[in-house]
Amino acid sequence: MSALLSATGLHAGYGDVEIIHDVDLRIDAGEIVTLIGPNGAGKSTLLKAIFGAIRPTQGRVHFRDRDVTTLSAPQMVAAGASFVPQTDNVFPSLSVRENLEMGGYARSDGVEERIDELLGLFPDLAAGAGQRASRLSGGQRQALAIGRALMLDPVLLLLDEPTASLSPIMRGEIFERLLRVRDDGVALLIVEQNAKEALRISDRGYVMVGGRVVLEQSGAEMLDNADVGRLFLGQSPEPAPDVR
Amino acid sequence: MDIVQLVIVGIIVGSIIGLGAIGLTLTYGVMKFANFAHGDLMTLGMFLAFFIVADVGLEGGKIGPLSFGWGMLPAALFAMVGVAAAALLLDRLVFRPLRLRGGGIITMAVASLGIGIGLRAVVQMIWGPSPTRYTSGINKAVTIFGEVKIQPDQFLIVALTLVLAVAVYVLLYRTKLGKAMRATADNPTLAEVAGIETESVRRWVWVLGGALIAVAGIMLALQAQLRFDAGFNLILPLFAATILGGIGNPAGALVGGLIVGVSQEVSTEWIDTGLKPGVPFVILILMLLVRPRGLFGSSV
Repeated sequence: MSALLSATGLHAGYGDVEIIHDVDLRIDAGEIVTLIGPNGAGKSTLLKAIFGAIRPTQGRVHFRDRDVTTLSAPQMVAAGASFVPQTDNVFPSLSVRENLEMGGYARSDGVEERIDELLGLFPDLAAGAGQRASRLSGGQRQALAIGRALMLDPVLLLLDEPTASLSPIMRGEIFERLLRVRDDGVALLIVEQNAKEALRISDRGYVMVGGRVVLEQSGAEMLDNADVGRLFLGQSPEPAPDVR
Repeated sequence: MDIVQLVIVGIIVGSIIGLGAIGLTLTYGVMKFANFAHGDLMTLGMFLAFFIVADVGLEGGKIGPLSFGWGMLPAALFAMVGVAAAALLLDRLVFRPLRLRGGGIITMAVASLGIGIGLRAVVQMIWGPSPTRYTSGINKAVTIFGEVKIQPDQFLIVALTLVLAVAVYVLLYRTKLGKAMRATADNPTLAEVAGIETESVRRWVWVLGGALIAVAGIMLALQAQLRFDAGFNLILPLFAATILGGIGNPAGALVGGLIVGVSQEVSTEWIDTGLKPGVPFVILILMLLVRPRGLFGSSV
């Protein structure tokens, strides 16, 4: 079976500065894949390059058996992918319901039904559907951002640090919701600093260091990997690049 | 002049400023730059209507007590379409290329300043430097109460401003396109990520802003007269109203316009009339110093 999404020999960056170098990555349908690594490893840049938010300088990205390397972000949305940025991921002056409506902007019908489904998935939001997004708590904001990204029924959801600066309880809730999203058939590619919790729900994980993928293992293997544990799962404050 | 009369005149002038500022605040909120050509687009609007009413000669008698005839309806429509088209053309030729190249707010604002000068020169070349009016008829003022009088044209200006402000509100808060305009103003990058065609949204904002400023231009010409620099002279009150109401906040812009208009007119009770244009400037400075987010904050 071919992968839902694959990146091959991908290079990307900003201006003349190359951040990611020769990255290979694959996500199968319905999988949860987590990308971990130290700050500045290029994880967010990789997500953006895959999603078309920045243009790769070399390499190819294939999604649903189609070369999408040169597609823009709106074109990737139309192709069935969706992206939740780490910050500024809701429209603050719009209400919760309006945020979801905007997530379904490209939808020709069934917008209200989909909003009701997603408010069912995130009951915290349902009670305040009419309030402005700027008034939401951090956890509610992330839930709204994920809900907004699910409005077009994507088959792949890319999430950039969805639990950053959330309390442990809220983190647990977000990961539990992400499992339910996966159960609905959506594949997830997650960049996450709270690596241990993310790997627990992941089928596979990639470790990125210095803009390169240095390790690929199943989520369970990575949790058992002593080097990964020491370097990235909070058992050592000293990150080192060589974890092969 | 009676203070009540001054307030009434202030509301009329404020309605024109407010309507113009609604268009300005929308473009400011979505395009993220101060469009200094907005006043000159206003002038273009008043003269495009003049073209139909006077140059083509489609005056169309008189509408009741108003100073103009039915010809003003197609003239206003022509002006709205014309200014919207001009705004779209300017975006296509100047602002969009700058935007795609990552031109900052200063670059965009300076470009708009140049465009404004160009537009003013074109209007002056075509219609000349002398002030003129749509018609030669007198718009007789009617007494509302006591000594307070208002011209039928002025009553129409206030009423039409309210109707258009409500229409803009309905568009922004009740339609998919309006919500997309607010979303794009909030966070253009996220709007793109969400699948909103932001370039199309921007085009519609130019159309809306252009149509509104054309109507405001016609109102200004009815209230005062047509001059090649009439809109340019109003740019400071327009910005004062926009900042007073909170950038990107159309309801705030209307209220801001009314506050600027009324304070400008009422100030003549104590200061020389010649100093009146300085009032919006003082309001603008005070707001920028004390509350740069505006009275009502940014909502678009």
